[in-house]
Amino acid sequence: MTEDRNKILHEVTQGEYKYGFVTDIEQDIIKKGLNEEVIRMISAKKKEPQWMLEFRLKAYLYWTTLKMPEWAHLKIPEIDYQDIIYYAAPKQQAKLNSLDEVDPELLKTFDKLGIPLDEQKHLTGVAVDAVMDSISVKTTFKETLAELGIIFCSFSEAILEHPDLVKQYMGSVVPYRDNYFAALNSAVFSDGSFVYIPKGVKCPMELSTYFRINAANTGQFERTLIIADEGAYVSYLEGCTAPMRDENQLHAAIVEIIVQADAEVKYSTVQNWYPGDKNGRGGIYNFVTKRGLCAGENSKISWTQVETGSAITWKYPSCILRGDNSSGEFYSVAVTNNHQQADTGTKMIHLGKNTKSTIVSKGISAGLSQNSYRGLVHVAKNADQARNFSQCDSLLLGDRCGAHTFPYIKVNNNSAIVEHEATTSRIGEDQIFYCNQRGIDTETAIGLIVNGYTKEVLNKLPMEFAVEAQKLLQISLEGSVG
Amino acid sequence: MSKDDTLQQVTTNLSDWYLSSRDRLTKASSPVFNAPRTEAIDHFRTLGIPGRGNENYLYTDVQKVFSQPYKRHIDPQKIIFSVEDLFHCDIPELDTELILLVNGWFYNNRPPLQILPNGIIYGSLAEAALRYPDMVKSHYTKYADHSTEGLVALNTAFARDGTFIYIPKNGGNEKAFQIVNILLSTEDLFVQHRNLVIVEEGAVARIVVCDHSLSALQYLTNSVTEIYVGKNAELHYYKLQNEHNLSNQFSSSYIHQERDSRVVFNTVSLHGGIVRNNVFVKLNGQGASNETLGLFLADQNQHVDNYTFVDHAEPDCTSSQNFKGVLDDQATGAFTGRILVRQDAQKTEAYQVNNNILLTDEAQMSTRPQLEIYADDVKCSHGATVGQLDENALFYLRTRGIDSREARLLLMHAFGHEILKQVSVKPLQERLEDLVDKRLRGELSRCNNCPVQCET
Repeated sequence: MTEDRNKILHEVTQGEYKYGFVTDIEQDIIKKGLNEEVIRMISAKKKEPQWMLEFRLKAYLYWTTLKMPEWAHLKIPEIDYQDIIYYAAPKQQAKLNSLDEVDPELLKTFDKLGIPLDEQKHLTGVAVDAVMDSISVKTTFKETLAELGIIFCSFSEAILEHPDLVKQYMGSVVPYRDNYFAALNSAVFSDGSFVYIPKGVKCPMELSTYFRINAANTGQFERTLIIADEGAYVSYLEGCTAPMRDENQLHAAIVEIIVQADAEVKYSTVQNWYPGDKNGRGGIYNFVTKRGLCAGENSKISWTQVETGSAITWKYPSCILRGDNSSGEFYSVAVTNNHQQADTGTKMIHLGKNTKSTIVSKGISAGLSQNSYRGLVHVAKNADQARNFSQCDSLLLGDRCGAHTFPYIKVNNNSAIVEHEATTSRIGEDQIFYCNQRGIDTETAIGLIVNGYTKEVLNKLPMEFAVEAQKLLQISLEGSVG
Repeated sequence: MSKDDTLQQVTTNLSDWYLSSRDRLTKASSPVFNAPRTEAIDHFRTLGIPGRGNENYLYTDVQKVFSQPYKRHIDPQKIIFSVEDLFHCDIPELDTELILLVNGWFYNNRPPLQILPNGIIYGSLAEAALRYPDMVKSHYTKYADHSTEGLVALNTAFARDGTFIYIPKNGGNEKAFQIVNILLSTEDLFVQHRNLVIVEEGAVARIVVCDHSLSALQYLTNSVTEIYVGKNAELHYYKLQNEHNLSNQFSSSYIHQERDSRVVFNTVSLHGGIVRNNVFVKLNGQGASNETLGLFLADQNQHVDNYTFVDHAEPDCTSSQNFKGVLDDQATGAFTGRILVRQDAQKTEAYQVNNNILLTDEAQMSTRPQLEIYADDVKCSHGATVGQLDENALFYLRTRGIDSREARLLLMHAFGHEILKQVSVKPLQERLEDLVDKRLRGELSRCNNCPVQCET
């Protein structure tokens, strides 16, 4: 039976990346390299106001004083920041008013990705902001949303049309001095999504952004800002893919969420950047700073992520629970295969009273991959009655991969209750035997078990995404899941 | 001056001190000690005293401790007190083979090496290195890695004395060994001792280590203990830290276990200033098992930081760590437990638990249980909690007429009992229960007939 299993685990490593096509589209690309001039050029291309340029330059100056951090449990080849193109946009002549005007090649790309961008898919009720190589291509459903006062547009548009909101909130959760990649992003970010849900409005549909890196040698630096005013609610989805290329590409994004009193934001990610080939060549470096601030009382942020792609994933979607009674949730499935590496988890910073947080993390490693959970639960002095529960499980498929857990717990308040549990195991032979006994072959059995193992997290995803996530797990762990 | 600069300064001072005292050091020591000195000081120069930038020392302010002006000595100093007058171990019925270290030096009031009829040798490590150089050499610096740990490098560079215990093949002793480390001086002191324990194949040993400080002065101890446990051997090791608020201690214990060996390593920290305990366990043969336990009680401004690293280098080994802490006043505590399961260490079972109770709003606890696993057929888990006493349990006791204070004490005692009940030396266990009880009641937990009334 062990041989059987090995065969299946071997097949697992044969998983193919089906999003690896390149779209032949005219690109507006600037020269490689990073300096003040490049930043001025990006800003000028986007016709940004002076204050935005100043923000970028400040961030750039700060970035030049920093060194890339090395504490993660990752082996990162040296990145030459001068060898990256910091701006690549699909060539766009005029502002588009309908889908007919969008480059058909681009539409084909999104068709392949299965994004509900065209009319027929409007029935699915998802409003999409698609970002390709840094530039927001098209936002659907804009009018419907506008009637409710919801702003859902590209970040560049927001800078021009809602400068007050952007000025007020940008950098308030992730300041440009936050970390190395946040500083880099603040200096060179090209586009992203902007969401504002006004007081008391429950967004009637799921908002979604699709990111795609298309051009070679480019980095993608997008920035997402979501603001939920008092009593508002929104569920936001994010998906990502990239073509197969031999060289590594850098993706350093920032996501900031601000949630006011009684509001709730649900943020779901299905991350499927190109993971590199079986020998570990190529793939995306996914170094992202995601953080939400529960600013008001009774506010809530829920992160759900399914991480299957990227050569290296390094991110910690976090919650700052400042408002009393606010709560944060983090549900994660991280799958690594072949030579992939992941160091991911969350930070829950409890500042307000009666704040609650839940962390459920499921890691699956196969092949030669390394998969780490790293998380921080911090209970500050005034966070009376704070409550945290964390559970981090790792599943090992194969004997040449690694699964690691590095939780950090810091408690400064004696009425807090913090619990952390973690287990690491492989699929039990007895479990497989049990299935076999009942006529389920080993391959299906592994699928069943992995499915059951991740169910707790997948259940948190919106319907649309849950289906896609399951498919992705199938691709990542070929054949054995289903 | 920034913290990093201060630490750099301390590192430079200590390196200079080495240069100026090298000749005296080498002349007075066995070649076994002298051999690795140069290498060790070179490593120390590059590694330095671990600062906050060092992820492993994230929670302990090493700079604060090391930047104090302590007196340092290359040679043993005359002790003007009579230790016998000052110190009697008052644990009733604890009959042990006693080794006394004063300020890190073997106390020279008895033969430096005792050789028992059953082949057991114990006493001063300096003496052992002179009389049995081959035996000491085959273990000395083999387990404590001075190329990666700055404090071990520092200790190795200056090593001169400490305790030595040797249990021959299939040997054993009815009595437990008791190592008493006493700090006694008229000046603030920096103390480094080096200890070696060899438990040969099939042998059994029980060791009790007691740390006491008798003078109300500032102390800094940087000790390194290497422990070899041979095939199918068994060791029970209990470390009791009962010093005072000005006694800072960095102790590093390296345990090397061969096939089918069993080790219980239990650290009880009752009192100290800034205490850092490093325990490194290497399970180097199939079927070895290790249990590392710890209980710490801290109040006022005390700080206790426990760091364990368990290396599952071979298959079929089991390990478990269980650390519990009670923090009162402004005390701070930290726990880092790391389990490494190497690629071919299949069938490993490794468990880790850290539970903590915070009694006040000012107390702080940081905990980092970590798993690093490269083999797939393993069962590993870790858990950590930080909280307070169970309100329901308190209520239950109150309904039975037990007042709030007693009920709390009872629950705390029960909390600590889980660690103490595993102490297999009965009189010691009873004494520990008693000390913990007193400690929790806020009564000074000095051993009773210690005449030094240290108030701090």
